[in-house]
Amino acid sequence: MIVILDYGVGNLLSIKNMFKKTGNNNVLISNNIEDVKSANKIILPGVGHFDYGMLKLKESGLIDTLQKKCLVDNTPILGICLGAQLLTNGSEEGNSNGLGFINAETIKFKPELMNEILPVPNMGWCPTKTVSHTLMTNNLLDIQKYYFVHSYHMACFDSANILFESEYGYKFTSGIFTNNIFGVQFHPEKSHKYGMKIIENFSNL
Amino acid sequence: MIRRIRAIPVLLINDQDLVKSVKFKNYKYIGDPINAVKIFNEKEVDEICILDISAYKSNKGPNFEQIGEIVSEAFMPLSYGGGIRSVEDAKKLFYIGIEKIIINKEFHHQPALVTEISNIFGIQSVAVSIDYKKNIFGKSNVYIENGKKSIGKTPLEIAILAEKYGAGEIILNNIDRDGTYTGYDLMTLKEIVSNVKIPIVILGGASNIDDFKNAIKVGASAVAAGSMFVFQRPNQAVLISYINIENINQ
Repeated sequence: MIVILDYGVGNLLSIKNMFKKTGNNNVLISNNIEDVKSANKIILPGVGHFDYGMLKLKESGLIDTLQKKCLVDNTPILGICLGAQLLTNGSEEGNSNGLGFINAETIKFKPELMNEILPVPNMGWCPTKTVSHTLMTNNLLDIQKYYFVHSYHMACFDSANILFESEYGYKFTSGIFTNNIFGVQFHPEKSHKYGMKIIENFSNL
Repeated sequence: MIRRIRAIPVLLINDQDLVKSVKFKNYKYIGDPINAVKIFNEKEVDEICILDISAYKSNKGPNFEQIGEIVSEAFMPLSYGGGIRSVEDAKKLFYIGIEKIIINKEFHHQPALVTEISNIFGIQSVAVSIDYKKNIFGKSNVYIENGKKSIGKTPLEIAILAEKYGAGEIILNNIDRDGTYTGYDLMTLKEIVSNVKIPIVILGGASNIDDFKNAIKVGASAVAAGSMFVFQRPNQAVLISYINIENINQ
């Protein structure tokens, strides 16, 4: 069973809908600790401010369980959007520490470094490349594009943790991973067949 | 440098039906919104904007049940506007699966609502839409309540306010051009683009891909259209269509 963590931040039904579209109906939206304990995969969704997301996650009382599941039991987890950022050590958006599951940080888009100055937040589809080939990137199309809505993006300390790279004014890390832990900045649940493939790959891990 | 500009079909809902107007009048019945969304899905549209033009009238606010049904068939980003009056409304819409909510009338009653939503859900989650038309002296006025009531302000004034109050995007909709295929109002677009930094979505008057390209040149972050995507000319038969998106990306 896949559990989509309902900690009060974000857009959970669309993720469930996308799993359903891939034929996976064994998906539960829950904040119940027993459900999370028995999950064999976890989705960490999230939309909004980094500190608010961490605060809500703390309030949910699920952080210890998440740590045990993901770092000890090696249960696959996929963070989406803010959920991916929460997997990093912290964000320029706020003062809270992140979960620190992946050695990365979350930084603000810097329009002054762009070839052509583009508006922030980045809202739209960005061309994306697979950087590391893992089970999560199986059978992805040569041309990949995903839907993004964000002002901050992830940056890895070790390039071995980069899963995807996208372009918006400059190249930025749009997917990160280590072992069983994955995070994508974009919204696979809102990215047509491109995102559907990612959800399917996660289902098949 | 590849820059992806969004092309957004705008779907108008009037008492649960999909409709399309000309100059915010003469509503024509198009069909069932869910069917339209399913077709747009297959065509891999960038984003869909749903505006419930009847929601402001009742005190019920957004029709969450219908929106939920639409969202369950939409595997692309969705924005929704119509009857949103509180953070609670916004929260429900995000939970259902709407990416972005659009505030129009309520921005003029309680602009802080935009700030509040922006602070909680992020600046990208809230847009302000500006419907405007020109009066006989050529001055642009912003209207609410589906083009019926003037608020005595110019689109530029409202755009600057919207940015100040924390909107992540502005939808600039020219009532005079709605459904007329006469091209976008690039003058107003230009004026607004040069005075605010947040992305501008232009709506009203699009007839072909050249209109899109022209608006992008002036600085639109996204191009939106209603009639162009739901009608086939010249006889205005209902035909859901989309464009080859690669053709508009520079």
